[in-house]
Amino acid sequence: MFLQHLLNGITIGGGYALIALGYTLVYGVLKLINFAHGEIYMIGAYLGFICVSLLPALPPFFQTHTLVFVCLIFLVAAGLCSIYGFYLEKICYRPLRGAPKLTPLISALGASIFFQNLVMITMGAKDKIFPQLITQQTMTFAGVSFTWLQLTMIGLSLVLMLGLYWFINRTRLGTAIRAVSTDPFMAQLLGVNVDTVISVTFMVGSFLAACAGVMIGLYYGTINFTIGYLGGMKAFTAAVLGGIGSVTGAMAGGLLLGIIEALGAGYFSTEYKDVYAFFILIAVLIFRPAGLLGRRLHERA
Amino acid sequence: MSGRKLSAELFFYLGLMLVCAPFLKLHTAWLPAVFLVVWGLKWFGDFSGRNEGIGRLREKVVGFFRQRSTPLVLLLLAVAVVVPFGASTYLLDVLTSALLYAILASALNITVGFTGVLVLGFIGFYAIGAYTTGILTTKFALCGFWLALPASGVVALLFGLLLGIPTLRLKGDYLAIVTLGFGEIVKIFCNNLDALTGGPNGILGIKRPSLGFATLDSPQAFYWFCLAVLAMVVLIIARIADSRYGRAWIAVRENEMAAGALGIDVFKKHLLSFSLSAFFGGIAGALFAAKQGFISPDSFTFYESVLVLCMVVLGGIGNLAGSLVGAGLLIVLPEFLREFALYRMLIFGALMVAFMIFRPHGLVGSRTIALEAEDHADGAP
Repeated sequence: MFLQHLLNGITIGGGYALIALGYTLVYGVLKLINFAHGEIYMIGAYLGFICVSLLPALPPFFQTHTLVFVCLIFLVAAGLCSIYGFYLEKICYRPLRGAPKLTPLISALGASIFFQNLVMITMGAKDKIFPQLITQQTMTFAGVSFTWLQLTMIGLSLVLMLGLYWFINRTRLGTAIRAVSTDPFMAQLLGVNVDTVISVTFMVGSFLAACAGVMIGLYYGTINFTIGYLGGMKAFTAAVLGGIGSVTGAMAGGLLLGIIEALGAGYFSTEYKDVYAFFILIAVLIFRPAGLLGRRLHERA
Repeated sequence: MSGRKLSAELFFYLGLMLVCAPFLKLHTAWLPAVFLVVWGLKWFGDFSGRNEGIGRLREKVVGFFRQRSTPLVLLLLAVAVVVPFGASTYLLDVLTSALLYAILASALNITVGFTGVLVLGFIGFYAIGAYTTGILTTKFALCGFWLALPASGVVALLFGLLLGIPTLRLKGDYLAIVTLGFGEIVKIFCNNLDALTGGPNGILGIKRPSLGFATLDSPQAFYWFCLAVLAMVVLIIARIADSRYGRAWIAVRENEMAAGALGIDVFKKHLLSFSLSAFFGGIAGALFAAKQGFISPDSFTFYESVLVLCMVVLGGIGNLAGSLVGAGLLIVLPEFLREFALYRMLIFGALMVAFMIFRPHGLVGSRTIALEAEDHADGAP
């Protein structure tokens, strides 16, 4: 049973980790928590849903080659979502740079309410059923049952995380992002275009969040315009748990949170499943505000 | 500067398009009107930005009301007292809930406005107050409403301390999320602690209070009662805000480090403001329970927290009169704009962003703290 819960936890934890990366990256460059990030994840799920419902209208090639289609969905949803991220930053955060801290927070909250209601009005308030693209047939290995979907999810989140790790550590833009998170002023002096870097950071974060949205949508089978609230909240917990501002921390925190949640739901009570994240968040903030992997205290607590 | 200008411009047109897109489906006839109004406002904004005369006129108008604030308040109060004589039961119900929200908004303004701490799960305290009254008066029938009312406030205050002591040392964004979580935890517990809270079914049969000689059963009487409580709450908050404590709160809001260096115990000031607003939130919850006669977890969603925050933001952060105006606008206006009920939250969200960018001090709010100091230098009260 333990292994089973562990596997379920890792599956969902991968999704949390992907969303948490968006929080952590943005926090790194702007020292600000992007409250509307959860909604970006929700929009990603909806974009994925829209793509899936387009399937019958597409050439038969896609209907036979599901894998190609799934990859395409992820790319389209994530690509569109990064545009959302770009405009979110441009509209809600850029004019407020340098303003008192409360101002961008409220602006982000406004954006998040706006996105939620926009989706509710345009897509309807009812749950949307996500069509099953990847077979849900269960397999059993060493007493642990799993599906292809779970394996795909774990694999995809691993690939995305490794890709991000490579992007941050090996590319020019990634280096620029790290430079801006260390010291924006110095980075600017050295010729880094801070505005571009911030835009790119938002786009990368939104890209990952959209992938998580499609993944979790496929996994749970239903999506709703309110999922961004809880999803964003849990991912934020994951980011704090791992140490906000730290990329590896967000990955570890996401996986850990998924596992804790799965174990808690399995061994204690599913009714309070959503509360665990909050308690972990409060406990981490009180006892170890730098998180598990955070090296320095970004915010004195 | 030009980058800021450009993005503001971009924001404007994109926002306009996004806000209007859903209208295309249902209210095609309204579209030109919306565009006209928005363009008019924008023109006015540009004009007043370029033209100092308008700015001066605005200052004059605000100054006029400031100087005559006492008669103005009395006049408003008189109107508020007289209103029930001519109002329908439905209108009274709306107005009573506007009063309750006004209490909530004033209470939230203590933390968000005076100390600059964003609290997102404020409705949690409202729920605690409502459930305390509900449980005390029906489940255990321990006491009547008059004991339950202060008890609700005190219980909410205790929860405020319980949440505040460990978390108020955190900085803004973290605290906002922790309080958001708190609101959610309260709701989840109300939903699941069936023995105490009745679970999703809630608590039924909460009685309206009686005054010995008259029960407050009629909508009018209850309206007056809520009005009295609101007046008291606003008076208390205004007096505290004007006292040494209030000044210290504002100092903490403006610059924590400087305030600390001047010998203000920042944490204590935060805790005081937090628990005080929790207390008033609990009182409002008790009134809510008595008004509805029935409470369930559905009444205390995140949406309500956002609504109250919207009132504070639109009215002007740190401005008590603004909170009242905000509560009035956001509760009464939608009742007259039923057609747009669907778009209400959409518009609120867009407004919050727009206000933060273009008018961060809200409709009524004063521009800066420096301005406030000037007022006092002029000899105004």
